[in-house]
Amino acid sequence: MNMKKTRVLMFGWEFPPHITGGLGTACRGLTSGLFKLEQTEVIFVIPKVFGDENPGTVVLLGANKVRVNKKEFEFFENQDKMEVMEIDSPLVPYLNAEEFWTLKSKKYTRQTRFIQTNEGYEVDFQGGYSGDLYDEIKKYAVVAEVIAGDQHFDVIHAHDWLTFPAAIAAKKVSGKPLVVHVHATEFDRTGENVNTRIYSIEREGMENADHVIAVSGLTKRTIIEKYGIPASRVSVVYNAVEPVEGPTPVKTGKILKDKIITFLGRITFQKGPEYFIEAAALVLRKMRNVRFVMAGSGDLLNTMVLRVAELGIADRFHFTGFLTSDDVHQLLKMTDVFVMPSVSEPFGIVPLEAMQFNVPVIISHQSGVSEIIEHAIKIDFWDTLAMADAIYGLLNYNALARHFSSEGKHEVDCLEWTHAARQVAGIYRMLLNLNS
Amino acid sequence: MKSVCLYFQVHQPFRHRRYRFFDIGADHYYYDDYTNDAVLSKMATKCYLPANQLLLKLAKKLGSKLRVSFSFSGIVLDQLELYAPEVIHSFQKLAKTGCVEFVSETYSHSLASLANPEIFREQVNHNEERIFAIFGQKPRVFRNTEMIYSDQIGARVAEMGYDAILTEGARQVLGWKSPGFLYVNTINPRLKVLMRNFKLSDDISFRFSNQNWPEYPLSAEKFISWIEQMPWQEEMVNLFMSYETFGERQPKESGIFLFFEKLIENVALHPAMKLATPSEIIAEIQPVSAVSVPNPVSWADEERDLTAWQGNEMQVEAFRKLYQLADIVKLNTDPALLRDWDYLQASDHFFYMSTKHASDGEVHRHYNPFSSPYEAFINYMNVLSDFAFRLNKQNDNQLLNDEVMTLKKRLEEKELKIRELEADILSFKHSLKTKMKS
Repeated sequence: MNMKKTRVLMFGWEFPPHITGGLGTACRGLTSGLFKLEQTEVIFVIPKVFGDENPGTVVLLGANKVRVNKKEFEFFENQDKMEVMEIDSPLVPYLNAEEFWTLKSKKYTRQTRFIQTNEGYEVDFQGGYSGDLYDEIKKYAVVAEVIAGDQHFDVIHAHDWLTFPAAIAAKKVSGKPLVVHVHATEFDRTGENVNTRIYSIEREGMENADHVIAVSGLTKRTIIEKYGIPASRVSVVYNAVEPVEGPTPVKTGKILKDKIITFLGRITFQKGPEYFIEAAALVLRKMRNVRFVMAGSGDLLNTMVLRVAELGIADRFHFTGFLTSDDVHQLLKMTDVFVMPSVSEPFGIVPLEAMQFNVPVIISHQSGVSEIIEHAIKIDFWDTLAMADAIYGLLNYNALARHFSSEGKHEVDCLEWTHAARQVAGIYRMLLNLNS
Repeated sequence: MKSVCLYFQVHQPFRHRRYRFFDIGADHYYYDDYTNDAVLSKMATKCYLPANQLLLKLAKKLGSKLRVSFSFSGIVLDQLELYAPEVIHSFQKLAKTGCVEFVSETYSHSLASLANPEIFREQVNHNEERIFAIFGQKPRVFRNTEMIYSDQIGARVAEMGYDAILTEGARQVLGWKSPGFLYVNTINPRLKVLMRNFKLSDDISFRFSNQNWPEYPLSAEKFISWIEQMPWQEEMVNLFMSYETFGERQPKESGIFLFFEKLIENVALHPAMKLATPSEIIAEIQPVSAVSVPNPVSWADEERDLTAWQGNEMQVEAFRKLYQLADIVKLNTDPALLRDWDYLQASDHFFYMSTKHASDGEVHRHYNPFSSPYEAFINYMNVLSDFAFRLNKQNDNQLLNDEVMTLKKRLEEKELKIRELEADILSFKHSLKTKMKS
């Protein structure tokens, strides 16, 4: 193997601390793992750099900081060195509607496209998941093309559907092999009522990819069955979890004597929050000195609040809304049992975080993480009786809780991102060997 | 001679701060001081003070022809003492003119009448004492929170010794009957029932500045002509409204104060009309019949029922969980806990959880510090959880104290016994010695 490092142009949508789900966290974990391997160099592109990110080991490039009209432009990175690149873009930037029409009236070739910029000739992105998402994706793809024209790299790697059009555009410009990384599919997000527009973006991405990475066997099956991708082009790479900073957490911050059972995640169909509530009601019939906490927000939050009121358990069931990562850590420190009753979870990184805090976890068979975790109680998401049983057992039989707490901690500490990164690097190598 | 009965209600709740799950068991302060202070100060300068000023001016001018009545929740009196004591002073000045009758209500503006007769009675007594302490009047007439009334509630109020109650002249109760007559309670006919004329009352408090209302603009003359056109047999016109109508709900710029002044003046000086307080009305006017109200009515929303506070599962649950604590609260004497207990009962907390979306939903949103009813519910339940946590802890402490006391007592008894036995042994030894000697 030669010593030349593989340069990877990676497209993501979010990066800590500006995250809404596990995607940003996973991206940071993977890139830091790749850095440690010292075989690759990653340029990580996101639509919007807020400025307070801690990229750590990755070169973070914000699409909102890319000048699209200058022959020469500088690109943002964290390591204080600037690279200067030449571009020759068929793009015509404009500032406002009026200018757009004046430009439009001039003669341009058919391929010329127009893009709205700010006064620094950069394209504005909102970041996140609000607003006109399709428009953001389209703009992202246009800027990706500019970036791909200037950067030197060997492989393109894209995380989830929002970045697929950008990655495809980069592939068209550069001709480099494309890896798409599927953290979740539309089927996981919505059940069977898929948004066909999103589905077709996902499918197009996977079809254009030279290789597809799935975060679990569960996701790999979905990719094969629902998207028609041949099994030979799909590999499973499990996520890991970054070690918690500081010393091993001890159980502190607990003021209430009551035991605490926690659900943490977006409150959406995919996460199965209603099953947690039903199980809570069952447990509360048997014992009163417990409290259930549902942390997070989502479109089902109000329905869940109503259901809790209806069951008459609102004095023992609490909602916290969306939590910052500090609050998440505080909550996990207070937690006695963590439950993830996901209906469909491609991977599910949160139980791993809970295990880092010595918390026994209950996870559903319908989650990718259950494929790699041994020391967790596994149930079917719909089996609220089994869930209630498991909660009750962990709360009342100390030996059981102690076992899952220490074994789980040990198990999760052995999961490392470098391991995942090694597999990913292997896939890059395979593609490059095929190409050469 | 038609009696026009002007009654105003003064109330503001103690709003809760954003109380998070993490605060439960850790932080026992529930109130949003900043907002409470800001709202009270705003009410004082926009409404209470200028409206009182106006009434004082009219009292000087009209003398004893000015008759108005007020009721205060204990909670608003507590807040006025904290944030705007000058308002209390100004009401006291008004009381001294002798033109004002003070009507009683529940201390917390609570829904206790629907939950627990014992707490209801305590709440009423508490408020009575407060009114007497501040204004030196013992109320003879009662008005329940939000005008909530049913035959049952009326009977309980009569038991407490009240002569009359004010309530809503709701359509579902009165039917073809008119609020222009005096009625009595069906269970205990000694209690007179004054029915609010909601049409005329709401013309002032809700519609006065509404430019889409066909009667806009409303002048005192026009309003009085409506009263003049009412059948001559009807002996009274009950105008009951929130005092905040003046200056807050209807802004000063709408001319509400001028209207109010003219209305009072013209009625007081009208040849066929006079102002009267509820007590004067029941002394002068004969009741025409009993009024049957099997299901509670209120003055809220289009429905005039309890759905503003009991309309969805969240409200029912929060209400149930609150009053489930009543028995443990009874065992408690900690003043801080009891004060929080009072403030937790304010009906406003339940009002914030309403999910009604009709035109009345507007009102719910306007006075709501929360962005959604769900948020209001979550916050309230967190506060309630902490309150229950403190109650139980206090209770445990008390039990522990009791236990320590009994053990101590037993120890003392044992000590005493030991001393007795020791003395016995001593005397025994002594007698033994003397025996040996002899």
